[in-house]
Amino acid sequence: MIGEDDVRYVAKLARLRLEQDEAARMAGELAKILAHIDKMSELDMADVPPTAHVLDVVNVTRPDKPRPSLSRADALRNAPAVSDDCFRVPKMG
Amino acid sequence: MAALDPLRLTARVAKRLLVDGEVSSAELAKVYLDQIAAVEPQVRAYIRVTYDNAAKYSTKVDREMQAMRGPLAGLPIAIKDNMVTEGVTTTCASRILHDYMPVYTATAVRQVWDHHVVMLGKTNLDEFAMGSSTENSSYQTTRNPWDLATVPGGSSGGSAAAVAAGEALWALGSDTGGSIRQPAALCGIVGMKPTYGAVSRYGLVAFASSLDQIGPLTRSVYDCALLLQHIVGQDPNDATSVALPEPVALPDAERLDGLRVGIPAEYLAAGIEPGVRARFDETIARLEELGGTCTPISLPHTEYALPAYYIIAPAEASANLARFDGVRYGFRCADPVDLLDMYERTRGEGFGPEVKRRIMIGTYALSAGYYDAYYGRAQKVRTLVRRDFARAFADVDLIASPTTPTVAFKVGSRTADPLSMYMCDICTIPVNLAGLPAISIPCGLSDGLPAGFQLIGPAFSENRILQAAHALEGAIGFAPAPTFCDSGAVAPDGARTEARQ
Repeated sequence: MIGEDDVRYVAKLARLRLEQDEAARMAGELAKILAHIDKMSELDMADVPPTAHVLDVVNVTRPDKPRPSLSRADALRNAPAVSDDCFRVPKMG
Repeated sequence: MAALDPLRLTARVAKRLLVDGEVSSAELAKVYLDQIAAVEPQVRAYIRVTYDNAAKYSTKVDREMQAMRGPLAGLPIAIKDNMVTEGVTTTCASRILHDYMPVYTATAVRQVWDHHVVMLGKTNLDEFAMGSSTENSSYQTTRNPWDLATVPGGSSGGSAAAVAAGEALWALGSDTGGSIRQPAALCGIVGMKPTYGAVSRYGLVAFASSLDQIGPLTRSVYDCALLLQHIVGQDPNDATSVALPEPVALPDAERLDGLRVGIPAEYLAAGIEPGVRARFDETIARLEELGGTCTPISLPHTEYALPAYYIIAPAEASANLARFDGVRYGFRCADPVDLLDMYERTRGEGFGPEVKRRIMIGTYALSAGYYDAYYGRAQKVRTLVRRDFARAFADVDLIASPTTPTVAFKVGSRTADPLSMYMCDICTIPVNLAGLPAISIPCGLSDGLPAGFQLIGPAFSENRILQAAHALEGAIGFAPAPTFCDSGAVAPDGARTEARQ
């Protein structure tokens, strides 16, 4: 069962700030959704391999040759803050 | 110029009119822009209409007709706003991407642009394609043109409503758990999810990478095949994309002699409304009149598909959406005190409730100590679901089911209960888990609202599906057009309130 403390812990992992009422509501909603998801535990799947990919595609590679990429100006175009041709972020806490 | 009815015109007919000189590309674009002007205030299918582009580019296609020809040239299209388009904002209907201006174009969009389609605009969706009603858009709720009090479905609800309302000739959408087929069904149009890998996902803003596929929303099966022809193909920019073993053919079948169709008992047990069930049974009868044979089959792990999907999709989403952190693009919160505060508040303020819910479920399922119980188990269920389909396709050519259990529901009637919203996709989700192709075609009305008929095939059986759907479409002869009526809103508590726009 997931409680409000779990919600806060997971939100921290997800880098997601939740308001007080949001965390409480989320705990109720997630508990209900996870209860539905727990249906999977009815199945004995000890011998079932997990699906990693639906098609028979393995190790798709391309030649290791330099090719044009996004220009610096384009890469920075949507940045909320830029300085000296770099992304600008606040200081570490 | 002949009078054109945007509620009925198909790409096939529009192309013939263009080629015969009965209409110009600019006139055709104007038909849709006029319809947008007339009905968009009610329907709200678009996040952005690219009026200038549509007018200028269609004129250019007319002027340079010799150089700019081909099967799609001059035909107007709408694009779901989770495919990046260089020079045209792409928002994913999220505050976190408000005013984001892409610096490149999604491969599927590039392919249709290279064939000189005329882009009308970018359509509304549930934020990051997470939802089944477009009510999770941070901009607007799109309304269903069959009844403005109901949802168009989702997440490609804007694309579906635009086509149904005559605001676009056809459209591109994306389907992760039913997001093309379910809105197509609810809006009375055709929608197809191709085999996983058939269409490049490069430039489709990733929701759940192992499930997402781009596909067409159109007014006919022929149009669906025509558009699909031009978006498939292997793309060096998407390592999961593959070449189809045979090219997509334009369907011409009128009979279905010898076609074996399986009807999964588990899909019909999934709370199908009587009206939807009646239209489904009638369509099965038509299928048999056309020479097909229908047999009951079992897909025994169907009831586990939804739980597995609601681990796999959120798990992948929580990883994919980690990139929205306020550093490189999109929204950044005001006055962060430090880096961590910026990450957390940017995401807390930038994402809407459903996206947060899914990030939380995904992060929880992938967190230490829970991986085996949730993600590991879900990927095993996925194997069982795939085996169910493989076993069924040993005996049948295609599988048929209703696309959705119900017709369009009222705006607001399911938002209070996320699980009830998830149940919309009970018949479509297993298909994504198995990576299979499937189509939804309109099969009649129930209480005045469209019902959808789904055909599922083995991987890369697009042509078989399209042929069968084309023959059935002819036999069904679905003729009604949306009325833009408004039956009045129902509040979440069920109380009837005044109709509002």
